[in-house]
Amino acid sequence: MSASNTSTISSVGAPSRRNTELALLVFAVLIPVFAYANVGLAKDGSLPAGLLAYGLGLGLLAGIAHLIVRKFAPYADPLMLPIATLLNGMGLVFIWRLDLEPSLGKAMAPTQLMWSTLGVALFVAVLVVLKDHRILQRYTYISMVVALVLLIMPVFFPGINGAKIWVTIPGVGSLQPGEFAKIIITVFFAGYLMVKRDALALASRRFMGLYLPRGRDLGPILVLWVLSLLILVFETDLGTSLLFFGLFVIMLYVATERTSWIVFGLVLSAAGAVFVSTFEHHVKDRVDNWLNPLALVNGGVTETAQTMYAFGSGGMFGSGLGQGYSRLIGGIAPKSDYILATVGEELGLAGLMGVLLLYGLLIERGVRTALAARDPFGKLLAIGLSGAFALQVFVVAGGVTGLIPLTGMTMPFLAQGGSSVIANWALVAILLRISDTARRPAPSPAPSTDAEPTQVVRTQ
Amino acid sequence: MNKPLRRVAVFCGLLVLALLIRVNYVQFVTGDELANDKHNRRVSINQFAQPRGDIVVGDKSLTGSVETPGSDFKYKATFKDGPMWAPVTGYASQAYQTSFLEGVYDKFLTGNDDRLFFNRTIDMLTGKEKQGGKVITTLNAKAQLAAFTGLGNKKGAVAALDPRTGAILALASTPSYDPSSIAGTSKKTDEKNWLALQKANNPDDPMLNRALRQVYPPGSTFKVVTAAAALENGLYTDVDAETRSPLPYKLPQSSRNLENEGDLPCKNASLRVALKVSCNTVFGRIGQDLGKDKMREEAEKFGFNKEILTPVRADASVYSKNMDEPSNVLSAIGQYNTAATPLQMAMVAAAIANDGKLMQPYMVDKLQAPNLNVIEQTKPETYSQPVSAANAQKLQQMMETVVKEGTGTNAQIDGVTVGGKTGTAQNGVGNSKNPYAWFISYAKTADGSPVAVAVVVEDSDASRGDISGGGLAAPIAKKVMEAVLNK
Repeated sequence: MSASNTSTISSVGAPSRRNTELALLVFAVLIPVFAYANVGLAKDGSLPAGLLAYGLGLGLLAGIAHLIVRKFAPYADPLMLPIATLLNGMGLVFIWRLDLEPSLGKAMAPTQLMWSTLGVALFVAVLVVLKDHRILQRYTYISMVVALVLLIMPVFFPGINGAKIWVTIPGVGSLQPGEFAKIIITVFFAGYLMVKRDALALASRRFMGLYLPRGRDLGPILVLWVLSLLILVFETDLGTSLLFFGLFVIMLYVATERTSWIVFGLVLSAAGAVFVSTFEHHVKDRVDNWLNPLALVNGGVTETAQTMYAFGSGGMFGSGLGQGYSRLIGGIAPKSDYILATVGEELGLAGLMGVLLLYGLLIERGVRTALAARDPFGKLLAIGLSGAFALQVFVVAGGVTGLIPLTGMTMPFLAQGGSSVIANWALVAILLRISDTARRPAPSPAPSTDAEPTQVVRTQ
Repeated sequence: MNKPLRRVAVFCGLLVLALLIRVNYVQFVTGDELANDKHNRRVSINQFAQPRGDIVVGDKSLTGSVETPGSDFKYKATFKDGPMWAPVTGYASQAYQTSFLEGVYDKFLTGNDDRLFFNRTIDMLTGKEKQGGKVITTLNAKAQLAAFTGLGNKKGAVAALDPRTGAILALASTPSYDPSSIAGTSKKTDEKNWLALQKANNPDDPMLNRALRQVYPPGSTFKVVTAAAALENGLYTDVDAETRSPLPYKLPQSSRNLENEGDLPCKNASLRVALKVSCNTVFGRIGQDLGKDKMREEAEKFGFNKEILTPVRADASVYSKNMDEPSNVLSAIGQYNTAATPLQMAMVAAAIANDGKLMQPYMVDKLQAPNLNVIEQTKPETYSQPVSAANAQKLQQMMETVVKEGTGTNAQIDGVTVGGKTGTAQNGVGNSKNPYAWFISYAKTADGSPVAVAVVVEDSDASRGDISGGGLAAPIAKKVMEAVLNK
């Protein structure tokens, strides 16, 4: 944009904010590097050997991501990449810090770093390949099939720790297809609802002050409800079913602007949850655990109680990185599901609130992207992705802190888990792509002599 | 579409707000509670994260700390002469918390006490390990040794005080246990040892601190209190004058007689003679004449019916409030519900030896910070004045007569004035179990009385007839007094 235009068209001059992003990224890399050094000093009294490599590695990833954004999505939101980098970096520090506890098994930070690299690679690929998010609209029904396959796959694989949410590939490891399905199903919803929203919104009967949808329009939501119940029953995964159902209700509401969908959604999900929890003992155990977090089970302290002790012992300011005892939680999940307990114990209430606010900020930037998007598909996609992210953060953090029953999901970016980190980098990339489209200035008008301050009037 | 979007934005904000409120509730509102929950292992980890401060007698440490590699707990407590000092130190166990001085001063010994804040801060700034403070006790190592070896294999307890200050000089209880055995070597052996020490598995109950936490019927030793009540209430003023004491003496509201132990010259006997030969009838009659309230008031001035903090808690001794007349008569000779800890009876002897002024018993002289600064110094305090100085001297004469020519001759020490009183308390229904042998005494020198002691021996292999305070308990009291007097 040439500066001479500012006096005529104001919307054209929206700054790209890439330099803001770069400045924030510097902090997003430096903070985890200092945290890394802090852990080493606290545990061994010396700077950790891998400090330089870690710092350079994280800086390199952030730098590449930034350059790609600068090139391929210059008007994208400037906050999302730094926040994702900071959370991912801190997650690596926490996982490495827990790797230092011999009782917690083999080191997982190196593989997590590899997964993070793959995540950033996918982030780059999405930004480079996906020139416009509306292309995704073409794949509405293919997305549906892919998402359903991904969701159903874990049924055929053995469950791990009571939840069948894994697909084990020999020699590679295990994947959580649910994390990817989250994004793909959002694409399907966005495409489907964009087409059907008028039918869903307008053809309705009024009953007791609510607009009730017609039976035939109720079909899809009931199918989804049944599907999420099936996930719950066959994969015993409370979190994922809650996530998908909540996601669909949010998107329906946004698409149709009908409050009745929310009422409907809440009634159905409450009924489903109560119904399943009465006979599914795995879910019932979780609920019992939630109601009595400190109760002893078979004379032993439960993981839930250990988590609460970790939070309580952290207090206001925490024990300091590397100086807590969250290893007492034991089991296999301190680095994944329970990672927030380590944050709470070592960084205290202050640090934990900071982390939650980072998530809150990332979510609100996503919602803002939805508001700014100009096309309905983009709006639905952006709100779906941010809504799914928000629900996931709420379900995991709420579960770990005892606000709601615990479910087997991981904290995006922070927790150990390859599928989660890769999928969430892709999620951020799509949001950035939508926000780039939304904030991109309208194509500049063809150089017109009208804009010149002095001119010769031609009358041809 | 923007209106529902804004509402979803608010909804997402509310989700995050709910999380923020929840973590504030967990970490701020219930934080302390969770941090100090008894199942939170961090409590014990912090307790043993640094070498524990010592508990000191004289210039010798009773406790220490050694590193325990390969454990959550960095250090464990060690105990020198554990069984002898267990009633004083208590235990500090990685698995079973703490007791007695180790328990009362846990925070000070671990260095977590608020009063050590500056030490902690300076240690932190200079990069030193956190250090615990020292607890300097008032105990006398020689007296403790005399008490512990005197009790030997017998079941019983000794409490000795400095009557002038209230400082506790000896506190022994047998059978005892070694706190090292449960301090934390391996979880398995500790658990085995701990279970073996529990009363349910060990009828001897070695972890019971009999000097502070067990009340025994004091038997005839309580007659000193009854005599004090008689003098204080003006029932009698001259210890050598005849009392109004019939023999045989029929219990009030009863057809039963109160018997003496044998054919004693108790009819209208003077207080001095009555105490010397330990007349039940004379002191029973005093109880009847004074009534239960005056008796209880006097007993309470000596410390009965109240827990005593030394600062380790001693159980309250008992003189019943509500009872009928014959029960009060029996209570006045240390039977029925009357019950006292050895510490309580040592306090009775100490009050009389200190001319009627009872000093608050205490066992901690001072608390010392790691940098040797004295953080807290105990100053002797008066607990009460159960008898006037004049009456106290009369009681001293009576008790000295007991040792000189009465039932307590076993406690005589050459060249030292000793006053005492024996007791043989009934135990079990119809005195079916072995009686308790009691002896309380004090020694007097030119500058007041430096020691008062109470000894109780619970049972014995000796035949029932041989059990008497004079035979079993007095020699132990004598050894303890000699140890304090440096004889």
